[in-house]
Parts: sequence; structure tokens; C-alpha cells
Amino acid sequence: MLIVAALAILSLILLGLMGPLYARIGHATAIAYAGAAGACGVLLLLGLAALIGGGPAATASLPLGLPWLSAHFRIDALSAFFMVVVNLGGAAAALYGIGYGRHESHPGRVLAFFSPFLGAMNMVLLADDAFAFLLSWESMSLCSWLLVVSNHRQADNLHAGYVYLVMAGIGTFALLLGFGLLAGPVGGYAFDTIRAAPASAGIAAMVVLLALLGAGSKAGLVPLHAWLPLAHPAAPSHVSALMSGVMTKVAIYGFLRIVFDLLGEPQWWWGLAVLMLGGLTAVMGVLYALMQTDLKRLLAYSTVENIGVIFISLGLALAFQAQGMREAAALALVAALLHGFNHSLFKSLLFFGAGAVLTASGLRDMERLGGLIHRMPLTALCFLVGCGAISALPPLNGFVSEWMMFQAILLSPQVSDWTLRFAIPAVGAVLALSAALAATCFVRAYGIVFLGRPRSAEAEAAAESDSWQTGAMAALAAMCFLAGIAPALLVDLVGPVASLLVGNRLSPQLGLPWLTLIPVGEARSSYNGLLLLLFIVFATVAPALIIHRLATRATRRSAAWDCGTPGRDPLTQYSAGSFAQPIRRVFGAMAFRAREHVDMPLPGDMRAARFHVDLKDIAWDLCYAPVAEGIAAASLRMNRLQFLTIRSYLTLVFSALVALLLVLALWR
Amino acid sequence: MALIVDLIFQGAQMALVLALAPLLTGLVRLVKSRLMGRRGPSPLQPYRDLLRLTRKEAVLAENASWLFRTAPYLVFAMIWVAASLVPSFATGLIFSWTGDLIVIVALLGSARFFLALAGMDVGTAFGGIGSSREMMIASLAEPAMLMIVFTVSLIAGSTQLSTVAELMQGPGVGLRVSLGLALVGLVIVALAENARIPVDNPATHLELTMVHEAMVLEYSGRHLAMIEAASALKLLLYVSLIVCIFVPWGMDAGAGGPAGYAVGALAYAGKVAAGGVMLALFETSIAKMRVFRVPEFLGVALMLGLLGVILLFVTRSL
Repeated sequence: MLIVAALAILSLILLGLMGPLYARIGHATAIAYAGAAGACGVLLLLGLAALIGGGPAATASLPLGLPWLSAHFRIDALSAFFMVVVNLGGAAAALYGIGYGRHESHPGRVLAFFSPFLGAMNMVLLADDAFAFLLSWESMSLCSWLLVVSNHRQADNLHAGYVYLVMAGIGTFALLLGFGLLAGPVGGYAFDTIRAAPASAGIAAMVVLLALLGAGSKAGLVPLHAWLPLAHPAAPSHVSALMSGVMTKVAIYGFLRIVFDLLGEPQWWWGLAVLMLGGLTAVMGVLYALMQTDLKRLLAYSTVENIGVIFISLGLALAFQAQGMREAAALALVAALLHGFNHSLFKSLLFFGAGAVLTASGLRDMERLGGLIHRMPLTALCFLVGCGAISALPPLNGFVSEWMMFQAILLSPQVSDWTLRFAIPAVGAVLALSAALAATCFVRAYGIVFLGRPRSAEAEAAAESDSWQTGAMAALAAMCFLAGIAPALLVDLVGPVASLLVGNRLSPQLGLPWLTLIPVGEARSSYNGLLLLLFIVFATVAPALIIHRLATRATRRSAAWDCGTPGRDPLTQYSAGSFAQPIRRVFGAMAFRAREHVDMPLPGDMRAARFHVDLKDIAWDLCYAPVAEGIAAASLRMNRLQFLTIRSYLTLVFSALVALLLVLALWR
Repeated sequence: MALIVDLIFQGAQMALVLALAPLLTGLVRLVKSRLMGRRGPSPLQPYRDLLRLTRKEAVLAENASWLFRTAPYLVFAMIWVAASLVPSFATGLIFSWTGDLIVIVALLGSARFFLALAGMDVGTAFGGIGSSREMMIASLAEPAMLMIVFTVSLIAGSTQLSTVAELMQGPGVGLRVSLGLALVGLVIVALAENARIPVDNPATHLELTMVHEAMVLEYSGRHLAMIEAASALKLLLYVSLIVCIFVPWGMDAGAGGPAGYAVGALAYAGKVAAGGVMLALFETSIAKMRVFRVPEFLGVALMLGLLGVILLFVTRSL
């Protein structure tokens, strides 16, 4: 099994290495993306086979890397599940890329790194020692960075790439330290060795914090998210979909692998820390998403929110596990995994939609879009499904995972720790708040971009995208429906992962009649997406038919009413900014330090009135600006060191040597 | 055979809520008029209005899309399904396991989602203002509602509404502080979600004070009829929900046979009518608040819900 996986990954890397050739062959983009899609398909099937087949994990060690350390690889249930997530998203992005790539000015810059990026993500999942893991992780960061700056002529993109590179470096450094602590002084870097020798409490605590820093910065936990809304939108849209939908899941895989698998039994406060961070991330992410006027940046911030939601559920799982509540832990973990899977589906779909809008109109600014439902009907329909799914509307898939999280929260009064007892209901409220705000956010996104009248000539001239793009979107939209109707299938699929990580799994769901989902007990709660869909379809179609038959189906077109004062100018419509204004007023001062500047000329003055809103990402001001200023100030001071005489340098070297020797002597 | 009987009861439930909903709206309007010293329309007037609207041709704005035309049916369907998941006169309906309380909240959320989108479809200023404000209100009302759902489910140990109602009927519950908090919170949420005074005014067509009515301003004919019916259903749903959770007495638990069902139906009708009268009393005795006072009002509901849940978490071990 691993051999096939290795071949598939190798072919992905080769597809990238052939980059320079693409300029010379015709249909290069189509061939390269089709190849990537094929390799992803193979890996997807492998992951599915490993998940369904069960059995012992397949392992292999290759004489790669440092001479005395061979690289270990392994497929267990956890990596198999994430292989499914990664390669499903990867295959969809590759198929979408066949169409999207044609619109790019320099497709070669993307092609050369697209497949290696996919290969590196798969390598992270397969790695079974710290060295292979970090090497793959860093390749993943590097490939995605190259994709972010592929369109480097835009000044913003270079800035985004720079911030991303710095943050990725910090994250990998944290993981490196974490693995170093896990390996201990002996240096057993293979995951098996680490698992066999449990870390002491102090070390484990530091490793959890480092994993939160390392994997959390890649996933986009607040306040480590600052790079994400810059870098994800800067990449070409199908790469944005990969980064938001898939790479963040690889980060979550890293967190799961370190904290749930390698560290062993958790402490209760790990759960608390993860819960708190998740709650903060969820609510800040969605509030910032609500304020954005750049469609792709809005989606990136919404990724931050969903990562927060996933981490809330992971925190619950940790807390339950620490309290010995295995069944509840399994429920929370399954909810988190399911939400990860669902998010990879609908976020990829939404980024594809944003990409289709971008190719059709050349615009990402929502304030200049509008009315695309008439010009891009298929894209509009698929995007609507994505918006519904991410807003957790039943019977779509986003609702199922959030429903399971609520069920997990309702199991939590049995926890015995008092801090958790106060924290969990509060986090439950935060989860509910962010779900409601997400619905507002996506009503706004869809309403401004696809509904109403076009706000610019470009939006008016937009046309439907090609069949590869719409096909990829339609496939993902169909999967959003399927995953919402048959969640039982998915819950059973991730069963082995739960048994691996928390030692318990939910009871098998597939045997239940009508695809019902009963996670805990029949008297407690059940959900049936299929019946709900049937009910809704019946209740929609029956009244429509009855009214059309018995009453009338006559329609007439006329000018809009608008209380008698319809504005001709499309700019009289509600804009993205005005739609967000009530929310900004409710949460603004607290969450964004929003300031409104109104410049209203006096009566008689013919100047135009001006209105301007200042919004700030607080995390940037609180966490990053001080560090950046500190470094700048320190380097200014240190600058003096570069202009010393040779004698001073020798003195410095000598005193440094003496100081180090002294430290060593005292340490012994 | 049993399945057929069950199906008939589920069908009866769906038909019952649909048939009763306009009557409740009519009743509230009548009582309000009487309290204001007017004679008021007959309580049957909403039925006549709906019939009249369905017979008229629908006037669509020039750039209305397919979403604008399907949204009324979708909104109606979501709310109708949600309403038929709330037990009215008997617990243990066959399809109650399809969805629990959280699903009901989410279905109402879906209905609002489509209505808000429809408000933005034509591209007018009023549609946008309505959608924006409706979503702002909902983004606070929905978490408050979920917190209330948490309170009730934690007490009952289940999110299934039938189970909750059965448990509340039994002697095991008694008076609880959390339940009191949840009741107050639920009433606030119900006022906000149904666009009643003091949050919104269902009777106004004064531009700057309307939220819900601004969203549906462009609708006419059968589409408007569907939306009006959906609003009426939603009002009935909330009254039924309050009744089902907090005063479930008289509801048939499945043992009474036909007589039990009859008693259940009578008790249900009485309770809903009492709820309608109380709503009318409340609405006439209070003024509408400014839009930006609404978040504070709903914040109270959210805090009450959260307090109720935390109280339950804390007292669980005592």
C-alpha cells in the first residue's frame, strides 16, 4: 500500500519538476492538472481503503535523509482519514485548475509548484518520524509560499508572501523544539520511540504549547492568524482553496498527531487552553470576515472561524478524555474531524466560486460586483450551496458537524473540574454566536456579489465560467448535500480514528433505518438529514403545485417598487459596507476598534460629504507590531557592532568564550 | 397498520398547524384592536387575505432572479417543517426523531437566510436595510435561542422535543431558576424573531421603522401569501414551543386514545389562544425601541440563557 502511495507522491513531485518543459508543450496546463488529479485520486482511494479495511498500520522505512537515520513512513487510521480530506480537495482543485489555469498570465509559475505542494501535504500525513515530518512540513510551507508569490508583480502579494514566510518559519521552529523535547536527550525521533517513552508532565505541557504555536500558526489560530488573510487570497484561486480547505487540515493533523497520539494521556488544562483559543478564534474570525469587502479575504477570515470551531471541538475532546469520559471524547473528536472534512468541501467550493467570479469579471472587490446570478447561473447556484453549508443550514453538511458539537457540549455537565464547568457553557455560547454570525456573513457575501444589480461595468459584462470550473464546483456542491444527508457514513468512516486517538468510538450508525444519526442514545438526540430533505422538498413543492393549479400562476414584470422611490443608480443599493454596519456598531468598538470619521460640510458648502471607517485587526496591533518595532529598535542599536575595530571584536570573541565556558562549568 | 396511523397523525399535525396559524394572527390583531378601542377585523380576516393574495397575479421586479421566486416557497417549507416538529396536542409523533430542538432552531435560521437573500435580490435600498437589520437581530437572537435550548435539554437530558415535553409533564422537574430564566429569554427571542413590538412592528409601513416588512417589500400575489403564511406559522411555532416546554399539561402522551387526543387538542387550543391574548396585551402596553437598542434587549436574552446553562452546570453535582 505504501509503495503505491510513494509512487503517487513521486509522480506528483515529478509533475512539478517538469515545470520548465510546460512552456514548450501545448495543453501543458491540462496535462499537468489532469496528472495531479489522477495521482490525488489514487491517494484518495488508498486512504479510503486503509480506513475501511482497517487492520494494522502499514509501515516502511526508506534510507533517506541523514545517513544514520532512515525515514519512516506509516499509514494508520488518522493519516488515512486526512489522506481522504487532502486528496479529495486536491483532486477537485486540480480539475478546477484545468479550466482556471487557462486564464492565468503565467501558468508555468503555478504548475511547477502545484503538484509538489500536494505531494508534500501527503508526505506530512505519511511521515512517521520527526525528521520526515518536519522536512515534509517545511516543503509544504515552501511550495505554498512559492504559489502565494507566483503573481509577484502585485505589491500586496510580496508583502503577504513575506509575512507568510516569517510565520511559517516561526511555526516550524516551534514544532522543531517540540519534537526535540519529545525525543529527549537520547534523540529517539521515530514516532514509535516517542510513543513508547511518555514525556514527563512539564515536558508534555511545553510540547502542547509548542504544538499550539506550530500547528496553530499554520491553521490560523488567533492571534497567530495574521498571515492567513493576507496569504490565502494572494494565491491563485484553486491554490487558495487548497490552502484554506486542505492545508489548514494538515495543520490540524499535525496537532492531533502530536497532542492526541504522541503525548498520551492529556491534562484537563490542555483542553481548557485549546477551548479558549478556539472560542476566541471562532468569534474573531467571523467578525473580521463580516467586515471584509474583498471576497477572497472574507473567505480566508471565515477559514479562521472554522478552524476555531474545530479547535473548540478538539478542546472538548481533550477535556473529556482527561476526565475519563471516553464516549463524550469520541463524540467531540468525531465532530471535529467531520467539521474538518466538511469545511474542506465547502471552503474549496467557495474559493472556486470566488475564482470563477475573478476570472469572469477580474474583480475581488465586493463593492463593485452584483447581479451575477443572472450572468453566472451555475456558479451562483453552487456558491449558494456552499454559503448554505458554511452557514450550517440543514440538511447540508455544515449543520451536521455543528449539531454534533452541540451534542458534545450537552454531555459536559458531568465533567468534575470547576473551571471547565464555567468555560464549556461560555464556549457553547461563543460557538452559537459564531454560527449565527457566519450566516450573516454569507448572506452578505452572496447577496452583494450575486444578487441585486451590477455595481460596475465589469460585473455587468461577466459571463459563466467554463465547464471544468463549474463541474468541479457542482461536484463539491453535490458532496455537500451527500455528506449532509448521509452523515452516518462519515461517522462510521472516522470510527477507527476515534478508537486510535481517544480509545473509544461512536456506535456504528449505518445499520440504523433511514440513515438516522444517533450519536449517543436514542432518547437523547437523533438527526435524520434524508427525511428532513424529503420533508422540505414536499413542503416546498406541494404548496407551489397547489397554488399554481388551483389559484394562479400569472406573473408580470414591472419596475421595482422600493416604497415608490426606486433609485436608478446601482449605487443606491445596499453595499457590503452598509450591510455590515449594524454588526460593526454592535461589536465594533470592542472587536475592531472601529472608528467612523464623518466629514459633513456645513449647509451652503458645496463640498462632498465624506465618510470613512477605520478598522484594525487587533491581533496585529497587540502581538505583531510591538515585536516588529522591538526588532527594528534592537537592530538599530546593534548596528553599532558592525563598526568596531579588530581589537574590540577580538575582545568580544574572547569574553564570549569565557562566559560560555563559565556557564558550562557552573552547569556541571 | 400502526405506521399508517402514525403517518395520519403526523399529517394531521402538519395540517393542524397550517390551519391554525392564520387564526392566531387574526386573534392577536383583533385583541390589539379592541385594546386600542377599535372594532378590528374578524379573526378570520387573515384567511381571506391569504386567499385573495393567492388569486392575484404576482408582480416581479424587472431584475428579480429565480431565487426571488423560489425563496417564498422555501421559507414557507422550512418554517412549516419546523412547526410540525413541535408537538402540539400529543407527544411521540412518528417523525419527531427526524429533528430535535437544535434542528428546529436551524430550520428557522435557514428560512431567515433565504428571506434575507430574497430581500437583497431586487437590489433596492429598502430590501438591503431590511436584510441587514434582520440578520443583525438574528445573529444575537439565534445564540440566545440555542442557550435556552441548552438549558431545557440539560434539564431533560435530551434535545428531543417529545421527550422534553413528556418529562416536563411529569412530577420530576419542579420549579427551577434556570427554567424561569429560560422562559424570560425565550419570550424575548420570540418577540424578536416574530418581528413584534418592541423589536419590530408587523403593522408598520413607515420606512425607517420596519425590518421584516422592508425585506418583503417587493413581494406581491402568491409569493406574498406564502411569506405571510410563513410568518403566521412562525408565530404559532413559537407560541407552541413555549406552551410545549413550559405548560405541557393536558398534552396526550399516547395513552389516552381518541379521548386523550381530544382533550389534548382542546387544551392546546386554549393555551395558544391565551398566549395570543397575552402577546396582544404586551404589544399594546409597550413602545417600539430604536433599532440599536435591540442588541441590548437581545443581549439580555443571551445572558439569561447563558446564566441558566451555567447554573445547571454548577448545580449538577450539588
